[in-house]
Amino acid sequence: MFWVSTKRIFRSGYINFKRNGIVSLASVLMMTITLCVLASLIFLQAALDFSLGQIKDNVDITVYFSTSASESKILSLKNTIEKLPEVAATEYIEREQSLALFKERHANDFLTLQALDELDDNPLGATLTIKAKDPSQYETISNLLDGESDLAKENASIIDRINYHQNKVVIDRLNGLVAGTERLGVAITIALALVSMLITFITIRLTIYIAREEISVMRLVGAANRYINGPFIVEGIICGVIAAALTMLIYWPVTYVLHDTLVGFLGIDLFDYFTSNLFQLFGLLLLTGVIMSSIASSIAVRRYLRK
Amino acid sequence: MIYFNNVSKVYPNSVLSLEDINLSIGQGEFVSIVGHSGAGKTTLTKLILAEEKPTTGSVFYHSLDIHTLGHDAMINLRRRIGIVFQDFRLLPNKTAYENIAFAMEAVGKTDEEIASDVPHVLELVDLSNRVYHFPHQMSGGEKQRLAIARAIINQPELIIADEPTGNLDPVNTLEVIQILKKINDLGTTVILTTHNKDVINALGKRVITLEKGKIIKDEKGKHSPK
Repeated sequence: MFWVSTKRIFRSGYINFKRNGIVSLASVLMMTITLCVLASLIFLQAALDFSLGQIKDNVDITVYFSTSASESKILSLKNTIEKLPEVAATEYIEREQSLALFKERHANDFLTLQALDELDDNPLGATLTIKAKDPSQYETISNLLDGESDLAKENASIIDRINYHQNKVVIDRLNGLVAGTERLGVAITIALALVSMLITFITIRLTIYIAREEISVMRLVGAANRYINGPFIVEGIICGVIAAALTMLIYWPVTYVLHDTLVGFLGIDLFDYFTSNLFQLFGLLLLTGVIMSSIASSIAVRRYLRK
Repeated sequence: MIYFNNVSKVYPNSVLSLEDINLSIGQGEFVSIVGHSGAGKTTLTKLILAEEKPTTGSVFYHSLDIHTLGHDAMINLRRRIGIVFQDFRLLPNKTAYENIAFAMEAVGKTDEEIASDVPHVLELVDLSNRVYHFPHQMSGGEKQRLAIARAIINQPELIIADEPTGNLDPVNTLEVIQILKKINDLGTTVILTTHNKDVINALGKRVITLEKGKIIKDEKGKHSPK
């Protein structure tokens, strides 16, 4: 009996969806718009994450050691720094390596190279490049090496200078930008998602309002509640599935066309992101569409099932 | 079969619809309820279907107090009553066949039963040539006959026809009344409301006259069962 009535509910939901024509089309379109908004929010977040990550990645501070600093002392400092919770990675460049890099950079600058050859000793000190886990932590790290801490005092003799202060303005601005953009992104996401969900809910409620007479007839014929609202929920599910598929079909060409613009502008390849996350994206849209429309349907029908 | 015990109904805007109704309707009777619009005929039928609750008094269906029934018992009761409305109340998105099949599906009949019974009942109300038509493609008389077919498909004990002829011309009216009479002859109790006395004069069955919410006349017809 359970299977028979489930089969009937699905068949009748499908037939109603087909016969309701324009009304079904309207709900599918509204749902598609909602899902498009959702998808573009996902893309926006991906683009933001990507660009911010790239910018963050380009920030670091460099500690320049004096030429007389012994390698063992530098390495012990490096070990200490690496153990700090704020530090993501360090890169140590020895004196000879610094020189080699310098020469490479100035390969066309014959005069400089000649002047360098005149010197008895390598004038360049070793450097230690530090990357923090978060841009806001550079200040702490810099203070630790530069200020009144024990670590700073202990190593004052070997540290020549730290370039944090030169970069401070840029890093501070970046921190503000990163925090602001993330907050704005979340706010926009929530606001747009709420608005489009509301619109979908209202559309589905309207389609069921149109069918309220039918619902009362079904009750009078003696149909159980499950048998009355079942087909409406099935209609909602069909609507969600079609809308999710439509959204994917819309974004395929859109991300393809925008490919060049976005790579140039934000550095992210959305088409690549789209195709490599195809199934996760479709799954998410499908789930959202189906859950939203079936919940909206069952809430809307329940109104007319009371009494 | 149906008993009204001192039933009054006052609507929330304090309009008195029914006042102190005592009435009993026996199995197999054909009862016509006549009265002007607003006399309380529809309220009477709604009380039997539990679409409205009485303000005072109670309504019994056999030994069941209709207004104390739970949800499932209510659904069960409705399955034992067939209803015909003035405005047909067909499902607009379903064909004639599906409208009747829906009523059978709702009570859990098998696909085989549906496939064998639906054509049969459509033939009974002379709609064999309208099987795949939607309600909006049918005339008023055809719609009402379809509604009757839906009402009788599950062999109910009782048919309530609330102004079934209100929207029909005299020829279709006669036809609908004849069908109801045929159903009654087969043993089903029928309650018919109408404001048109001519409709029931020809029947010679029991007639209850309502006026301003009260029963003012209850005439046993010459063909009524004792």
